[in-house]
Amino acid sequence: MIHFDNVTKRYPGGHTGLSNASFHIEQGEMVFLTGHSGAGKSTLLKLIGLLERSTSGQVRVAGKNLTRMKRRQIPYHRRQVGMIFQDHRLLNDRTVFDNVAMPLIIAGLGHTETSHRVRAVLDKVGLLNREKAYPITLSGGEQQRVGIARAVVSKPPVVLADEPTGNLDPDLSREIMHLFEQFNQVGVTLIIASHDLELIRRMQRRILTLDQGRLEGDTR
Amino acid sequence: MSGGSRKKRRSASFDTHRRFQPHAWILRHLQVALASLGRLTRSPLSTLMTAAVIGIALTLPTGLHLLLSNLQLLSAGWDGTTSISIFIKQEVKPEQLDQLVSRLRAEPRIAGVRLITREQALEEFQRLSGFSGALEALEENPLPPVVVVTSTLESPEQAETLLAELEQLGETDFAQLDMQWVRRFQAITEIAQRAILVLASLLGAAVLLVVVNTIRLEIQNRHAEIEITKLIGGTDAFIRRPFLYLGIWYGLSGGIIAWLLVLLSLQLLEAPVAQLAGLYQSGFSLIGIDAPTFLMLVGGSTLLGLAGSWIAVGRHLAGVETT
Repeated sequence: MIHFDNVTKRYPGGHTGLSNASFHIEQGEMVFLTGHSGAGKSTLLKLIGLLERSTSGQVRVAGKNLTRMKRRQIPYHRRQVGMIFQDHRLLNDRTVFDNVAMPLIIAGLGHTETSHRVRAVLDKVGLLNREKAYPITLSGGEQQRVGIARAVVSKPPVVLADEPTGNLDPDLSREIMHLFEQFNQVGVTLIIASHDLELIRRMQRRILTLDQGRLEGDTR
Repeated sequence: MSGGSRKKRRSASFDTHRRFQPHAWILRHLQVALASLGRLTRSPLSTLMTAAVIGIALTLPTGLHLLLSNLQLLSAGWDGTTSISIFIKQEVKPEQLDQLVSRLRAEPRIAGVRLITREQALEEFQRLSGFSGALEALEENPLPPVVVVTSTLESPEQAETLLAELEQLGETDFAQLDMQWVRRFQAITEIAQRAILVLASLLGAAVLLVVVNTIRLEIQNRHAEIEITKLIGGTDAFIRRPFLYLGIWYGLSGGIIAWLLVLLSLQLLEAPVAQLAGLYQSGFSLIGIDAPTFLMLVGGSTLLGLAGSWIAVGRHLAGVETT
């Protein structure tokens, strides 16, 4: 599903985000990405979502070579990759429902289909009763679940999460991880970046360890 | 549930964007258009101010254009009284001249006849031309007598026919249809038309800049929304669309405001114009905005709004990058 072949990302100014990384993630895998901050976790995720392009090497997602992808094709690629952020990236002037509906509206889905799917996913993350609330009125954990709902509502084959439990207490973190496991069970390929080693070990999944942009460990 | 069917369903959900469905497309545009309108009505005061700036800027050239059209109409009315100057041959005697004048007075198509004798002509020429010295140097008066004939003929063709007949007279050296003032007036209105065109272009550019700036601010206000939309796969067209409709609405409402302002001005002018026309025993009344002018005003304004937002979006959306 996701292939990295000798991928290097250098930023203007000389900082190296990722250095000669090669790995392969199968469809339906749930992989954790760990390392100190600045080790290159975010860079790796950004390369998959084409928020950034590699300096050298090849990134392929679902058989498509991202290195050669044209600018106008990027939106269609991003629709295949659900992204979850530590700071949630929700729109505070829109209700929970409208936030979650955004990917479906972008994809041009009809009204009935949209509200059906939004309710289904809100039910899944346990926020159906908050659909009319504004994100600012929700707790951190609830906001994160709205972000997750938005990332998966269009049923993308790949979901990326960058420090999804970064600001949450252990109980909420476990809850979020449980949600991810459920998505994984229905075939979604998940890559979760986190520096919470204890939480990751307990999940007993494949772990990619980054250190200063290098892939130092790949344990299953 | 098998993995295969799941995958099929998932890919089906993503194929929707590639198929072009006219109904869905129109519906989506309608939704965006209404959403943009809704956004504007939620801040009525600032919307009204922007639209008013556009409207006032467009009122000026539209009003001047109407004023000019009315003046042209007025001059067209005056064209009816044509005057023809008949320059008499030098050898014609004064008695013959008097006979000619009475003959012309008998002619039904001729309303008035005025004789300018050689002496009068010389006097007038000296008075008006400033060449008095040069004329004094001449031994005899070089100016011929002139008979000025005014007719009530409406059409230029009839006037031309009369002119040809008058030229055939034995006493006539040559005759001239005296349309000079009309031509002068036409030349002046042409200049005025150009001036209005220049003014309209400048104010049109001002409208464009107003829209560009308004949309630019709107893009800044909605920076987060644009960024997130990009992150979750919104195409440039999708992101651009609400801003373009915003521009269209600004332009349209500005155009309508301009139209209303012009109507109001016409209303205010109507009574004094009627009074003035009455003093001249004229049935003249102001013409308002006709359909083509209205369409040009409102359509042009809408296009300016669209163009302005297009420029703003083109310049500033690229600057919003996903980080």
